[in-house]
Amino acid sequence: MIETHDLTKQFHDFLAVDEVNLSVDAGQILAILGQNGAGKTTTVRMLTALLNPTRGWARVAGYDVVKNGHDVRSSVGVLTEQHGLYMRMTAIEYLDFFGQVYSLSAAARKIRSDHLLEYFGLTEAAKRRIGEYSKGMRQKLALARAMMHDPGVLLLDEPTSAMDPESARLVRDEIARLKSSQRTIVICSHNLTEVEALADQIAIIYRGKILLQGTLEDMKRNVLGASEYEIKFSGAWDSSRVELPKDVETLSRTATSFKVRVERPQESNPLILKALSEVSAPVMAFQEEPRTLEQVYLKVMAEAKGRENVQ
Amino acid sequence: MFSKFRLVWLVAGRELKDQFRDWRVLAPMIILIICFPFLMNEFAKQTVDFLNQYDANLILDRFVPFSIMIIGFFPITISLVVALEAFVGEKERGTIEPILSAPLDDWQLYFGKLLVGVATPLVASYLSIALYLILVMRQDLNMPSFMVMVQLFLLTTAHATLMVSAAIVISVQSTSVKAANLLASFIVIPVAILMQGEAVMLFWGNEQVLWLAIAGVMIISLLLIRVGIAHFQREYLLGREIDVINLGWIWRTFWINFIGGARSFGDWYTRILGSSMRRILPALLAVAFIAGISVWLGYDWIMVNVSQVIENASPERLEKMGTSIRQMPELSNLEGSISAPFLFMNNTRAVAVIFLAGLVSFSVLGILLYMVNIGLIGGLFAVFELLGMHPWPLFLAGIVPHGVFEIPALMIGSAVALYMGVSIVTPQTGKSMGEVILELFADWVKIFLGVVVPLLAVAALIESYITPGLLLSVMTK
Repeated sequence: MIETHDLTKQFHDFLAVDEVNLSVDAGQILAILGQNGAGKTTTVRMLTALLNPTRGWARVAGYDVVKNGHDVRSSVGVLTEQHGLYMRMTAIEYLDFFGQVYSLSAAARKIRSDHLLEYFGLTEAAKRRIGEYSKGMRQKLALARAMMHDPGVLLLDEPTSAMDPESARLVRDEIARLKSSQRTIVICSHNLTEVEALADQIAIIYRGKILLQGTLEDMKRNVLGASEYEIKFSGAWDSSRVELPKDVETLSRTATSFKVRVERPQESNPLILKALSEVSAPVMAFQEEPRTLEQVYLKVMAEAKGRENVQ
Repeated sequence: MFSKFRLVWLVAGRELKDQFRDWRVLAPMIILIICFPFLMNEFAKQTVDFLNQYDANLILDRFVPFSIMIIGFFPITISLVVALEAFVGEKERGTIEPILSAPLDDWQLYFGKLLVGVATPLVASYLSIALYLILVMRQDLNMPSFMVMVQLFLLTTAHATLMVSAAIVISVQSTSVKAANLLASFIVIPVAILMQGEAVMLFWGNEQVLWLAIAGVMIISLLLIRVGIAHFQREYLLGREIDVINLGWIWRTFWINFIGGARSFGDWYTRILGSSMRRILPALLAVAFIAGISVWLGYDWIMVNVSQVIENASPERLEKMGTSIRQMPELSNLEGSISAPFLFMNNTRAVAVIFLAGLVSFSVLGILLYMVNIGLIGGLFAVFELLGMHPWPLFLAGIVPHGVFEIPALMIGSAVALYMGVSIVTPQTGKSMGEVILELFADWVKIFLGVVVPLLAVAALIESYITPGLLLSVMTK
């Protein structure tokens, strides 16, 4: 549903996006992570046919963003960085206006706006001017606008920013639901927990260039190395008695625990457990050390900045 | 087709609703609509009383139309704020991106905004004028004729269209509402000056010229709308955040286009200048055609208007005029008083003025000036004919020798102005308005320095040192 090839955008002397290659299928969520000004919004704007690529190409919902800009805009729902609401309109008027822009019939507009307002808990405030809304309510309405025409592709820039935890959860659930209904979703976010929970693919972008792209598991393995496990004992016990498989590296030992790095967990973990049971080790817990997207992100960014400093 | 216009109405309707919910826009408009006609009416009463003392009926007759024109103008200036912030205001409030991301064509968005921008001040102006007319009817003042009322109605509409279309262009090209408001002076002041000229026409009572003024203003308004759409690019609306005068970039863009990668002066003159000349060829053909029309118009105007003067002149007066023209041996003195540098400077200035006038009016005013200059040839023909002289020998001796160089220079200079105007109103994908203007300016400088100036220099030398002698020999025969 979304495919880009060497997508590049240059503003005079500034290279905003540099040869970005993406491929997101229907029913998948791609999260683009990066600092402010890294090129996330410019990429999204090219995918919305708002900016023309300097080089490369992009196809969204089967349409070329340069040749079929109008069709691309009809097929995508966009939640922009700024919510972009008209403050003197009411929520009903606002959704109805965009429904008309997307050529929905009067009946469809009514059904759709009623549903979205109810879903986001805005029904009671539907006849109030948007200017009177709280930040979270505005964000929810902006999201409702992006979903108004039930688009096949959703481009969401910071979808849960400024939302209370309850509303953020609601939005996350809605995004997950949309994913299951075979929609293609691109999220730009700084909320790494949210990305971990939702994204099938993650792309880390820095100074317009994609540094790393793949599934979260691939990223963890490629960036943070092999998985690490901690074995805890119920009391003090000499862990050096355990004969570990050859590809398992011991990282640290204490009186009550030890940590190992395992290259091939599927093969090695049963052998570790077997070795522990053979020496009747008083194992209380055998658990994988938690590794987060945040660790991946920070490491990738630190390496990129380090390379830049060397250059 | 109807569904496409439906979206224009949709954009316009939303904009209109938004405006009427903003008391800061409504309040001054209502105050102006209501208060200004009363103020003008009071002023009119005082003026009538004053003028009646001097029996100045002619001015009195024209005073009401003049007041109507002024009353129509003021609501437009206030409502201009709406048009000025049409795009840049949305950009500043962050509402532009969702609407730009929607499946609306550029023209639908543009016309939606333009429609409201023009309709709001016009409704305000018409209401204000209507109120004033009610006040006038209740007094002992002469109402304007139906034709003058039609002219005033069209003039107000033309002013509103001109100002709003210019304001929308500014709104698209500006990066902040503040900058757009500052640039509004470039709309209000020229239109105010234009209105002074129109006021003179109103008091003069020359309806024919007023019609021309209405047509001229409407043509420039339409060209402005065309410019606005041609340079409406979503990318530039979103891409530029701050206004920076990048002199380095301006110079680089100009220089790259001026030099055009030439390896030597010869290469520049033949290849680069040649390429610019080829670009203006269609415009050159157009100005050649316009030249023919202008000569004929100049000839015809003199024949119609001056012949009436001659018919009414006494035989003595005619004889005196003929003698004074024939007795032109003083022409020999002109060699000293009209020097080549003076002629050169004068003609160069004329071509530069045509360029500048063309630049601010998408070539309309530039071409009008060119028509006046070329039309003089036809006018001179007619004058000589009316005076019973043979125009062809005078033309061949007095105009052709230097005109062979001067007229092509004038035509080429005007063709570049026309080319610029047409290029500005034509969409240029991937280029900002600034880039387009700089490229066109580089073309003009190339042609001006490479072709026009040398031709005018040769023409000035011939006109100063050869033409007077030839003309003298013909006239003394």
